[in-house]
Parts: sequence; C-alpha cells; structure tokens
Amino acid sequence: MDRLPANATRFDADAEALAERIPDGALLALPPDYSLPAMAVVRALVRRRARNLRLLGVPVLGMCADLLIGAGCVAEIETSAVSLGEAGLAPRFTEAAERGEITVRDATCPMIHAALQAAEKGVPFMPLRGVLGSDLVAGRPDWKVIDNPMGHGDPILLAPAISPDVALFHARWADRSGNVWLGRRRELMTIAHAAKATLVSCEALREGDMLEDELLAPGVLASVYVSAVAEAPHGAWPLGVAGAYPVDDAHLAAYARAAKTREGFARYLDEWVLTPRKSFSPA
Amino acid sequence: MGPYAKEELLACVIARLVGDAAHVAVGAASPIPAAGCALLRARGLPLRVSLLHKRSANPFTDGSRELFDLAGQGRIDVFFLGGAQIDGEANINLVRAEGKRLPGSFGSAFMYFAAARTILFREEHSRRVLVPRVEFVSAPGWSPPGVWRRGGPQALVTGKAVFSWHRERRRFRLESIHPGYDLGEIRASTGFEFDCAAEVPATIGPTSEEITMLRGPVRREIALNYPEFARRVWAQQPEAA
Repeated sequence: MDRLPANATRFDADAEALAERIPDGALLALPPDYSLPAMAVVRALVRRRARNLRLLGVPVLGMCADLLIGAGCVAEIETSAVSLGEAGLAPRFTEAAERGEITVRDATCPMIHAALQAAEKGVPFMPLRGVLGSDLVAGRPDWKVIDNPMGHGDPILLAPAISPDVALFHARWADRSGNVWLGRRRELMTIAHAAKATLVSCEALREGDMLEDELLAPGVLASVYVSAVAEAPHGAWPLGVAGAYPVDDAHLAAYARAAKTREGFARYLDEWVLTPRKSFSPA
Repeated sequence: MGPYAKEELLACVIARLVGDAAHVAVGAASPIPAAGCALLRARGLPLRVSLLHKRSANPFTDGSRELFDLAGQGRIDVFFLGGAQIDGEANINLVRAEGKRLPGSFGSAFMYFAAARTILFREEHSRRVLVPRVEFVSAPGWSPPGVWRRGGPQALVTGKAVFSWHRERRRFRLESIHPGYDLGEIRASTGFEFDCAAEVPATIGPTSEEITMLRGPVRREIALNYPEFARRVWAQQPEAA
C-alpha cells in the first residue's frame, strides 16, 4: 500500500471549500444517514457539479448518496444497501441502477468494515466468516476465497484492503488543533484511518485541544488523520446529529416523494440544493 | 382474527420462537420482531435486545461494525431477516427481483451464518415473495459440509402462517396457520413446496395477559423507536397499565 499521510489539518471557510477538495473521479467514502453524514458538503458537491465520483458506503448509504446519484455526480457505488429507511426506497439510486446509469458493486456490511480495517492496519486483506454461497461473491472478482491456512478444508473469504481517496463526514465538534469528536460513531474513525484524505464539516469549532480532556478524548479522532475541517452549523440536516438535533423526518419523507420522478427531483434540487440560502434548515 | 390486531398475533408468535434466548439483535424497520422481544422482557425474562437503529442509547460504542463482531464472536442468539424473495431452501434475496432494483443485502450474508438462529419474517405471504427459487441469493439458507456456519434459519413467519426449518431435509414444514386462513389458501399463496402434517393447527392467539402487556409496556417501548407503527396498531386501543 502507498503511504498514507500524517496530516497538518487545514481550516476551511465553509462546506463549499471542503467540496472543492474532492476531485472528480475520487473514491469517496461516506457514512450511513444515521452516522453523521456531511449533507452541507454533499449539497456543495452537487453545486460544483462533481462528476464520476465512486461512492463507498460504510457500510450502507441513504439520502446522501441518492442526492449525488440523482444530480449526476456518481459513476459507481460500492455498498451493502441504499435506502431511505422508514421513508422507503432511495428513488434516484433505484432508477439509476435499473437503467444501468451507474455501476453497482454489491457488498455486505462486514466485508466493507473488514476491507477498511485491513487498510487501517496496512495489510493487504482481512478474512471474514460467512458470505460463501451468496451470489455476492460471484459478482466480486476482487473478493478471494482461500483455504484457511491455520486449518485445512476450511474455505474462508478475504476482503481486499480499501483505501478511499477521501473520507467525508460531519461531526459535532472539531478543535483548533484539528481533532474531531465523533463520540460513539467509531466506524468513522476506521474510515479516516484507512483513507488518503479525510474532510470533516462540524457543528462548531472549539478552542483548545480535546485530547487534553479525559472525558472527550476516547471519542476523538486525532488530527493526524484529518486533512481539512470547516464549520457547517446544522451541516447534517435534514439528517440528524445525536444529542444535538434529530432527523427531520418530515423533510426526508417529502424528499422521498419528490425524488420519485426526475422532474420532482429537479424541483427539489432547485429549492433545497442549488439555492444556497435555502440549503440548510431554517430551524 | 380474534379481538386483537394481526401485529399483536405476530409479536406473540415471534416471542414464542425467540424463547429462552439471551441476546437478540433487531434490525431497522422491524417493529413486529421488536414488539415480540419487548413482550418477553415485559414478562420479566432477562432478554438483552439490541435494536440496531435505536435513535438514543444505542447499545453499540464501537461503531456499526460492533454488531457483526458480536455475531462473529457468537454472542448473538437470534437475528431477524426478511427478503423481497424467500425460497423453499430458505435463501433470501434483497438485491433484485422482477426487474426491480432493491436496496441491497445489508449484513445478511454474514449474519445468517453467524447468529445462532435466524427467524425469517415477512408479512406478505404471496407467490411473489415465497418463490421456487430466488433470483439472487443475498444469503444462502444452508451451506455444504466443510463451510463454516454457526447458525441458520429457525423458522419463517408470515402474515398467514408459521413454518419451521428442517436443516437435514432442507425444507420448511408448515407448523400453524393464522386464524382466518386455511391450508388451501397457504398452498395457493406459497410458491415453493413444503412439508406439512395431516392436520395443521391454527396459530395460537395472544392470551389476555399478553394483550394487556402488548397494550401497556410493549406499546410504550415500541412507540419510542417506531412511533408510526405504534400509532397505527394501538391508536384505537385504550392504553393498558
């Protein structure tokens, strides 16, 4: 594996500036809707007309991916699922997949975690139990089955290490030292450990260094992994930040209805994404 | 159906199947399995229920991989899976069916192997869902000898019936039919072959004690994570103590 960088965290002005750092064609790792998605940056990516992104869902995706796919930003997606949860199917993903407009590389959740854990450790693969006999395996020539070298006659599946070009997520806090508080959302730490660059939008920038606080430190992603940070208050909206604000279920349901058609989706983009002043919750 | 909602009957069926498990994990959008587990807890059983998408006080602190690690360690006794299609060999399909793209396999391809038991649950009981052969195997119902597999299907619960799974025969067996349906209806709406006794009993409905618990503590617990479901099922019922 190439060397991953020891970062000196940059401080950007806003979500737009973070979006500028994500090149077209990048392998972009994103969290599920329930785990701190950087929606303000996702909207900025749509506005900057990002193209040919390859999304990696860690391990599943929702509105975040549906918006990028509908806006034509995505060429390929690797994920264990795309869904709007209680709001139903992700309509732009569903249509793009059915029409073959995007390449879908179907996975299963722990294979994606294992692939990132391999990159996190700098090893070429990570074995995982189960999965054998699933049609997923036939669709993934990059997944290998070997005979367990610690036993015999025991086939086991290997997940090849994945090192995303960019990991992108939102956080409640970052500090002036470049540390990011993620709390219990530790899959985001794994993504950041595995990624070549990590971009984080946050609700608020704190003074000082969170690593000096024994209560905060266990939930902190250290700045060595963090490429750039920008403040984006309400930056996960219409999704939520645990302990700060809940998911805007009504908005999500309205999105699910609107995005059922291309026209409805275009109207949604006009109203909520392409017009910057309305691009975050008025609440 | 008796003086209870179908969801209440299904929650009781699930509770009986979960039985004396110590740890059950319940995935997203599974209010009926969650209600079945809540019913066991309301009876005072020391059942640990990990709701994967619990909005607050989520049981995991090591990220979304912790569930899979727990299952890999063997710490999960019962898991629930559904499927856009389920076939007679207990294979499930969450990827594509009838030309339609579905959300995807989630963690099924691992959890079906690693959890000690899996209860398949799908309310719709039709030939569209219960098919001779799934179009895509997200997770296989059985594995050949030599392939590591801790667990597999225990039962299939639908809106019309309960089937048990017989690993040696690789077939489902019809155990009971919910009130309001008969064997002819089950055969007509099931796309795969299954075993069944000469006389198939009716699914046992909730006792009055179970109804009281469902409309009291279970309802309150479920409303926290599945408010829409709780309103739909219990809005017309006076809340029990």
